[in-house]
Amino acid sequence: MKRLFKEFTKGIIIENPTFGLVLGLCPTLAVSTSVRNALGMGLAATFVLICSNIIISSVRRVIPNQIRIPCFIVIIATFVTIVEMLMKAYFPALNVSLGIFVPLIVVNCIVLGRAEAFACKNPVLPSLFDGLGMGVGFTLALIIIASIREVLGAGKFLGFHLIKGFEPIGVMVLAPGALLTLGFLIGLVNYLNGKKVTRNRPSEARENGCK
Amino acid sequence: MADKLYVGVSPHIHSRESVSKVMWAVCLALIPSGIAGVFIFGLSALRVILISILSCVCTEALIQKSRGKKITIADGSAVLTGLLLAYNLSSSVPFWIPLAGGIFAIAVCKQAFGGLGANIFNPALAARAFLLASWPKQMTGFTKPFSLDAISSATPLVILKEQSAKSLSDLGLSYGDLFLGRRGGCLGEVCVIALLLGAAYLLWKGYIWPQAPAGFILSLGFLSWVFSPQGFFKGDFLFSILSGGLILGAFFMATDYVTTPLTKKGQLVFGIGCGLIAFVIRRFGGYPEGVSYSILMMNAAVPLIDRWVRPRRYGVSKNR
Repeated sequence: MKRLFKEFTKGIIIENPTFGLVLGLCPTLAVSTSVRNALGMGLAATFVLICSNIIISSVRRVIPNQIRIPCFIVIIATFVTIVEMLMKAYFPALNVSLGIFVPLIVVNCIVLGRAEAFACKNPVLPSLFDGLGMGVGFTLALIIIASIREVLGAGKFLGFHLIKGFEPIGVMVLAPGALLTLGFLIGLVNYLNGKKVTRNRPSEARENGCK
Repeated sequence: MADKLYVGVSPHIHSRESVSKVMWAVCLALIPSGIAGVFIFGLSALRVILISILSCVCTEALIQKSRGKKITIADGSAVLTGLLLAYNLSSSVPFWIPLAGGIFAIAVCKQAFGGLGANIFNPALAARAFLLASWPKQMTGFTKPFSLDAISSATPLVILKEQSAKSLSDLGLSYGDLFLGRRGGCLGEVCVIALLLGAAYLLWKGYIWPQAPAGFILSLGFLSWVFSPQGFFKGDFLFSILSGGLILGAFFMATDYVTTPLTKKGQLVFGIGCGLIAFVIRRFGGYPEGVSYSILMMNAAVPLIDRWVRPRRYGVSKNR
């Protein structure tokens, strides 16, 4: 039980996919213009992560090593298709605003990275918690970035206007704002757990990720 | 006898120049243009200049204090950034535009990279790009020169871009007006005479080299002359040089020590590249003026240029 909890929490703080492993930046930068988009994207990716981790870890002994990546992709693509169809049916507005980035979860570094680095080497239950932790970490990171960008760039939070008379900093909802926010947040996270990382886990984060 | 023998490493001969001396000299060279700006656009221009400088200096002091570093606001680099930022703004901007611009210039473009000497992009220009992308409405309202109640007017390049005027006389301007700065525009870019005065001082003192400004001005003028909207070789050479922020950009921002190439050859390449990009933006791009973006883009290319024009080491033959 303790181990499962550890697998869950590592994805949120130390190996946070966005701030620690720096994976999946394409959707992170693209959809973090509003908190609503970030939440939708994060939940969709979490669902795919959990499901693909469970399936991959349960079939890990029958997948030939040489063609494991195509097998992973097929499994991941299945769940992404499910998410996309569900989203089209029940949240059409969200689907429109996320656009191409829903199908692109198939090639999201985080999903494939967890399949390759964790699910294909571990039993089903730890893989489930690994996927859940990574998904929650990704969602949290997206929400943090999106909150900063939406408040500064549009003067809103979840679509509600905040301060009267505040002229929003337009550049924050454009691409430069995404890169600026992400850069400063990674800097902040590194500053906060800088000593811990260099002393105890020198390069684990780098070894774990996909390229 | 023993204490008379000094052993030290080269260089042994120092010029008495220092970073702060150069920075203050550039500030001094910019003052005539500032006075001209205040004279042309009124006291609101002075307000913009003061807020911008204060904002830059305070941000620099606060960040250096919070990071436990030596506070270096006396070296004049923050003052210079504030001055250049203000010169790139219209005199009619609300007070928080230079305030936000100064904070962005120093905190994000300079101190986040490690302070003076480590910034890739010119802080004043990067802040201008930030302001223009964030608040385009406030940034593109220009005041008519010598108007007491701040009548708004477009810059000559905007009018030209919108094709409502074909030549200088259609604008109601003469070359003399452009030289003296009787036109709409940013508060520090309009008075060409004052800018040239400051530039001449810097060239005479040897603080800036002529390569970058010459390359910039001549290439932009040449390209505007050859590829004009009216046909080949029909462009107005002088108008394209005098009408935008080219003189300010070429002499005071394309010659910044930190963000431009180290050698004279590199500076020439830098200047020509700036001219080319500025021309492309003016002629084909969406913006009427491209000088600031061209300098920022070439700033990014500086490491490449420096590698390309690396000087021969002393004593090493040319063909190895």
